[in-house]
Amino acid sequence: MADLSVKIAGVSFKNPVIPASGTFGYGREYAEFYDIGKLGGISVKGTTLERRDGNPPPRVAETPAGMLNSVGLQNPGVEHFIREEIPYLKGTGVKIIANIAGSTPEDYAEMARRLDETDVDMIELNISCPNVKCGGAAFGTDPEVAGGITRLVKAATKKPVMVKLTPNVTDIALMAKAVEAEGADAVSLINTLLGMRIDIKTRRPVLKNNVGGLSGPAVFPVAVRMVWQVANAVKIPVVGMGGIATWKDAVEMMMAGASAVQVGAALFTNPYAPVEIIDGLNRYLDENGIAGVSDIVGTVQPW
Amino acid sequence: MALHVGSYPLVKKEELAKGFYSFTLSCPEAAEAAKPGQFVNLKVPEFSLRRPISICEIDKAAGTLRLVLEVRGDGTEKLAAFEEGDKIDMLAPLGNGFAVNPAEKAAVIGGGIGVPPMLELAKRFSGTAYAVLGFRNEDASILEEDFRACCADTLLYTDDGSKGEKGFVTDGLKKLLSREKLDVIYACGPEIMLKNVIRLADSAGVRCQVSMEQRMACGVGACYVCACRMVMDGEEYYGHVCKDGPVFDSKQLVL
Ligand SMILES: Cc1cc2nc3c(=O)[nH]c(=O)nc-3n(C[C@H](O)[C@H](O)[C@H](O)COP(=O)(O)OP(=O)(O)OC[C@H]3O[C@@H](n4cnc5c(N)ncnc54)[C@H](O)[C@@H]3O)c2cc1C
Ligand SMILES: Cc1cc2nc3c(=O)[nH]c(=O)nc-3n(C[C@H](O)[C@H](O)[C@H](O)COP(=O)(O)O)c2cc1C
Ligand code: FES
Repeated sequence: MADLSVKIAGVSFKNPVIPASGTFGYGREYAEFYDIGKLGGISVKGTTLERRDGNPPPRVAETPAGMLNSVGLQNPGVEHFIREEIPYLKGTGVKIIANIAGSTPEDYAEMARRLDETDVDMIELNISCPNVKCGGAAFGTDPEVAGGITRLVKAATKKPVMVKLTPNVTDIALMAKAVEAEGADAVSLINTLLGMRIDIKTRRPVLKNNVGGLSGPAVFPVAVRMVWQVANAVKIPVVGMGGIATWKDAVEMMMAGASAVQVGAALFTNPYAPVEIIDGLNRYLDENGIAGVSDIVGTVQPW
Repeated sequence: MALHVGSYPLVKKEELAKGFYSFTLSCPEAAEAAKPGQFVNLKVPEFSLRRPISICEIDKAAGTLRLVLEVRGDGTEKLAAFEEGDKIDMLAPLGNGFAVNPAEKAAVIGGGIGVPPMLELAKRFSGTAYAVLGFRNEDASILEEDFRACCADTLLYTDDGSKGEKGFVTDGLKKLLSREKLDVIYACGPEIMLKNVIRLADSAGVRCQVSMEQRMACGVGACYVCACRMVMDGEEYYGHVCKDGPVFDSKQLVL
């Protein structure tokens, strides 16, 4: 048995496979399929200061090798998360990553303060949601704003802070460096790419929000490229995601420089995707005589 | 565990009408757990998102579920290409299902592809339920004989009068309401039909449950894409069809 454990920003994960925010709720639904305590961690649904209703439906569209979503951060608010969901997740033994999103920089700091005394293991700053009007990806496309939010949050909590980056920028490494300089303990990427589909019969966008975030296998090569660029630009750990569906994808993403991976849209095709990836990683390492999964991180040998 | 996922053999495939297929899948655990009004989520080869399809009949003794699907786009076209003996990747049973009290006098109202889920429901009333079925035309009419075999009366309508009476299911429901004292009305079909059925049920003071559709991803309540407008204590919010439904009490919905 190879060693699958990884340490990111001081947090030990028993393996590097984490369901991505917004695709796994708070874990309860998938606990009907398997023991979610087997997972490395869970990045929970994006949480806001107050309850959010989200965007009108339809909120999903199929795309070649992927999907668009325009959920718009529907969630019951941070207090509900603290009261109802953290105790449940704690009981499963899984590492908890709180994914937070604000309409103002101060919102992020306030949520971080409230989460500071809770059992969450890490805070992931979602400055990259393409589906909300205030804040969201607008924060993640300006290095000054992204850095500023990181600084405020770092001052508000002792928890490790991971900043989730949007791919909808010209130079993602620049964004990563900006948040690293303000004290980010890790970065995660990529959030969804902004996309659109039109129903040619009705001439209407499929999504009621007109546009939405693209994810799934279609974005995988973009995500690998961005993780590679970011891993080369910063010293803090990088958590890679975007289109990962199999253990081979996870290995590829880790070779590009990811210390751990998150799995999102693949869950909708196969609810067992994360556990199958864990098993596949284990077999791959054993068959190749690799002692620990961390040994493959960043081992790509570029031409 | 109530949820099952696996590859299940297609033991019987029938073309009920042009573009309408009946699939019987052998899946004993899912059949044992299933209730009328629940649905399954089928994986379509080469597609990312599964397709939700209602359970049409449950045979616990044979360990089978029957599904009826209409080809409406690329995904359902691909599903329709499965042949007997093929295995279909399915997640089942999902959602809440209808609340059934077999002692009540019930009417089941189905419009188009909303007809199949009403069949297992109607059977639960041991011959006492009334069915009102509506279709575009004769070529798109399905399952009439199945309903006649298990219902006290079956009224059939088509938009163009090519089969049964010309008109809408609401015409049939009005007729039923004038001659029977119903305890409960169940409906599945296009949203406009559901709205009109609820209006009739409300004015007759009869309880009403409806089954809703919305585009889905996870099918289990984890991704929040399948939003539908709900109301509780006067406050509106987005609930989720796959978990809060697909069956709703009409009083829970804002249509
Ligand atoms: C709870 C529930 C029960 C259903 N029961 C049945 C049934 O018993 N028989 C049947 O034939 N159909 C049923 N449907 C509708 C069926 O899911 C859609 O017709 C089907 O998903 C269309 O897929 P497509 O690829 O052919 O169409 P496309 O339009 O190409 O699909 C594109 C995307 O939109 C989604 N989509 C399109 N139309 C619908 C719709 N009406 N509802 C939900 N998602 C949609 C698809 O799943 C896919 O993700 C049900 C839907 C729901 C939500
Ligand atoms: C339905 C859906 C909801 C999402 N909600 C969130 C969210 O609340 N917060 C967030 O940071 N990312 C959210 N994401 C983005 C994912 O976490 C992930 O970054 C992205 O989907 C790429 O990974 P994937 O291709 O494996 O899905 C969501 C994605 C999907 C598909
Ligand atoms: S489809 Fe995911 S919540 Fe309903």
